[in-house]
Amino acid sequence: MLFDQKNKTINNREDKKLHKVLLFEKIFQKSLGLTGIILIIILISIFITLTITSIPSIKHLGIKFLYGKAWNPVTDEYGALPFLIGTLLTSLLALIISSPFALSTAIFLGEYYPKGLVSNIFKNIIELLASIPSVVYGFWGIVILVPIVRNLETQLHVLPYGVGILTSSIILAIMIIPYSVSLSRQVISMVPPSLKEGAYSLGATRFEVIKKIIIPHTRSGLFASILLALGRALGETMAVTMLIGNSHYIPKNIFSPGNTMASVIANEFTEATGSVYLSVLIEMGLLLFVVTTLINISGRQIIKRYILH
Amino acid sequence: MENSILKVEHLNAFFGEAKILSDIILEIPENQIIALMGPSGCGKTTFLRSINRLHELTPGARTEGKIYLFEEDIYKMNLIVLRRKIGMVFQRPNPFPTMSIFENVISGYTLNGISLSKSQKEELVEDSLRKASLWKEVQDNLHKKGTFLSGGQQQRLCIARSLSMKPDIILFDEPTSSLDPISSNKIEELLLDLKKDYTIIIVTHNLQQAARTSDYTAFFYLGELIEFNKTQALFSNPAKRQTEDYISGRFG
Repeated sequence: MLFDQKNKTINNREDKKLHKVLLFEKIFQKSLGLTGIILIIILISIFITLTITSIPSIKHLGIKFLYGKAWNPVTDEYGALPFLIGTLLTSLLALIISSPFALSTAIFLGEYYPKGLVSNIFKNIIELLASIPSVVYGFWGIVILVPIVRNLETQLHVLPYGVGILTSSIILAIMIIPYSVSLSRQVISMVPPSLKEGAYSLGATRFEVIKKIIIPHTRSGLFASILLALGRALGETMAVTMLIGNSHYIPKNIFSPGNTMASVIANEFTEATGSVYLSVLIEMGLLLFVVTTLINISGRQIIKRYILH
Repeated sequence: MENSILKVEHLNAFFGEAKILSDIILEIPENQIIALMGPSGCGKTTFLRSINRLHELTPGARTEGKIYLFEEDIYKMNLIVLRRKIGMVFQRPNPFPTMSIFENVISGYTLNGISLSKSQKEELVEDSLRKASLWKEVQDNLHKKGTFLSGGQQQRLCIARSLSMKPDIILFDEPTSSLDPISSNKIEELLLDLKKDYTIIIVTHNLQQAARTSDYTAFFYLGELIEFNKTQALFSNPAKRQTEDYISGRFG
């Protein structure tokens, strides 16, 4: 009798303890979910507020905003086409410049020196590139890069602005390298050794293994790393604003000055006095948001459909 | 003894400071199946990987001593040539996942950038797959990915891939250890078939497999070659104490 009672209290105590553990488990899971939901709410509300504050501009300009070439705040004429082109052009050019560097660095670190001192030094220095503030990049560009590009332009007999699409693209290229390198390096170092050994055992050289085994095997990851870099390039503001020349016309060639969506917003936000003007800049922000999202989604689709099979 | 194809003289192998193989002396006869057996860590896989110099791929790994393939020192041979003459099949099937069955079979050529005519390719693929007794199972799906095949089929695809290079020797590193018994049997039958044309060196953990398939057996223990003899002789009448203990299951 006494024994039974004792047993019961022990059971009760254990039950309570178990109950507590399970409750904690539940709360933990719920709070993890909650943080995720908060992020989604933030994203959606940014989109909604951007859309609402763009309404005056959308009413005033309609669809013309997307293909208009003129930009005249005095007469309230606004066309985003030059900036859309400027954004895409600088970003794509930056990708073209940075990809060979990023790929070769990633192969060097992922395949030749996956660990050890050399690899650590390189990895840290490359990651340091990402931590330089973009205004410093812009400054460095003005002081060092602009004279070099101007020199090149004089030699090529084009107008020697110094600033322009090419200059911004070079800076962008340097800025996005760490992003593509870090992902593609990881992808490359994850290629199963058994596959590489299989190829070596058939007489392949290291170059052939890289070219015909590693790169085909990591295509989707390499593509994703380029996409990540592109996302970063599209929205980069400060350095580009300092180096692109801030011209409101569609760039004629890669040496022309231009403007990106982000740099227009940054440059003109403080002087946007009219309610339409301000709303136009916000709509530009919305457009940049949409363009970046579209490129990201389509990139993912490309990975899914063509590369992953 | 038959003509020897591979002569190993005083081979030592190291990983950094650790000595993995010590003073291996061995002559391997042509067109026979040679089993390398011994407990884990005895150096048999390292020995196998020294033969096609895959051992050197690991950072810090090196070898001393000589190995001759038909009187030719393999450490002085061009690596590409050596690895075409000595093929290898691994523990886990490793067909190239980005390539179709067809491309996998001729991958040794495409990897080296050797171009073949369409008819050469087709002939080589059919011939190699037939020899690996996989042709009937895959002939209608040659352009599907090799990774869709079952484990045993993938392993035979890897064998076909080696065969397509027309090697003299094929090294097998525990080729059936990741396969089910039926697939393993098929591979063993295949080995017996292949020895007409090739010399086969197989690392195995499986004593029965060694006894069933091989003509010669080498027993490794703690980095040393303890005994090398005709399989029947070695199993029925081992000369060394360690060999006897191992085959009677007293350790390992």
